[in-house]
Amino acid sequence: MDLPRIWRLKSQRYKLEGSQCKSCQKLSFPPVQVCSDCRSQEIEPFRFAGKGSVYSFSTVYNPLTQFTEFVPYVVALIDLAEGPRITAQLTDVKPEDVSIGMKVEMVIRKISEQSDKGAIVYGYKFRPPIK
Amino acid sequence: MRKVAIVGIGQVPVREHWDSGLREMAVRAILDAMQDADVRNCDALYVGNMLAGYLSDQSNLGALLADYAGLQVSEAVSLEAACGSGAAAFRQAVLAVASGMVESAIAVGVEKLTEHSDVSPTNGLATAADADFEAAMGLSFVAINALLMRRYMHEYKCRKENFAGFVINAHDNARHNPHAMFRQAIHLEQYQHAKLIADPINLLDSSPIADGAAAVVIVPAEQAKQFAQPAVIVNACEVGVDTLSLSKRKDPLKLGAVTQSTQRAMQTAGINHTDIDLLEAHDAFSVMTTLALEAAGFAEYGQGTQLANPATIGINGKLPLSTFGGLKARGHPVGATGMYQIVEAVTQLRHQAPDAIQVSDAKRAMVQNIGGSASYVVTTILERDKA
Repeated sequence: MDLPRIWRLKSQRYKLEGSQCKSCQKLSFPPVQVCSDCRSQEIEPFRFAGKGSVYSFSTVYNPLTQFTEFVPYVVALIDLAEGPRITAQLTDVKPEDVSIGMKVEMVIRKISEQSDKGAIVYGYKFRPPIK
Repeated sequence: MRKVAIVGIGQVPVREHWDSGLREMAVRAILDAMQDADVRNCDALYVGNMLAGYLSDQSNLGALLADYAGLQVSEAVSLEAACGSGAAAFRQAVLAVASGMVESAIAVGVEKLTEHSDVSPTNGLATAADADFEAAMGLSFVAINALLMRRYMHEYKCRKENFAGFVINAHDNARHNPHAMFRQAIHLEQYQHAKLIADPINLLDSSPIADGAAAVVIVPAEQAKQFAQPAVIVNACEVGVDTLSLSKRKDPLKLGAVTQSTQRAMQTAGINHTDIDLLEAHDAFSVMTTLALEAAGFAEYGQGTQLANPATIGINGKLPLSTFGGLKARGHPVGATGMYQIVEAVTQLRHQAPDAIQVSDAKRAMVQNIGGSASYVVTTILERDKA
């Protein structure tokens, strides 16, 4: 992945910034240019709080090459408290301790390393909340 | 729009083809389809392929393959819709002939997945999903299907073993298909103990990475009787489209694009579910078979795995499924898969299948090719020409 592309995505990756439709208030993650409900193009950024619950999950044993060091790792669909569903890795939890409906919160972690000479990508993962 | 017919078919065996490249496989399939139809040329060539650019450094397949197949064409172009690329090319060929723009067209699907040491097919297949927000988070394409399977098992209280019948059926049929990659039967115990790829999906839930090419020749239906082979009429070829990402669907277990394309196809063909003699389904993963059968209306939501028994989906069952082994056992050379499905359905409707897998008196087949996690779906209804 190219550096400008990583840079362009930093608001999403670091701040969980999606979008809200000014017309019908629909929330989206990732951000959209046109509202999928009302077609309005009046869209503004919206920062999600990073709390949610697990909708589904899988432990990956056969990874994409840039994730080899993390195997086995857990990926999940997470229902954010504000509504939208997001795709992310879970962290700080054993695969056998993950369950559907489990509460999770966002943290910033290393996502992947492109190669020895490539960029290290940081961004959101989700973990069980620290009380 | 006029009706069109398939008058020639060709395919290479689904294998790891160390001795042939992309162009040799595709040209072989094209030439075999033209020989089957006994034609020397066609007016247009539509190529279905997903990963030649990514894995083989080769784009612009339309011109390449027209040249190497010795075709004089007015159009040659490649279409991509992930695992639905084959059907995308087929549909384009159907539309081109149906519209009257050309008098004959070839659709070929081709994929070369197995010989690449410096680029990963797993990474390539993940480009079927959202690169920035799914693959970039570590989701392989298997993992995306695993998310669906886990949720399905949770929501419908469904056990893993319930899916096994689809896999066993596919392997059972593939034994008799000389073009299939896996020609051995498998048993429930093997399924239960297969290696996990992305939990809960194991190796035997998954279709294999493979090379292959398959092609058909399409002409106006009114000319079909001039050809040597029994003609097969394309009664419908309809698309459904959904979001690329699972996360953006209200209920990911309800494949909206499957429902749309099935309903449109059945409406266009003027038929309903009971009129279908066999179904070539997109069984890339056992959960996808299940979800697609439900969304297509062959089962209620949550009940799809109840079809996974020989009395229902076996060759002599009510709805013979994956009659040549499906993606699971014939193999899944992604961009070629949609064309293998068509070639196999045509073989059934010509009554030219090997005896053990010939559906008796097959008159009408439904073929469904799914791109991505059902983001692009093509449903085709084929019918044996009334002689």
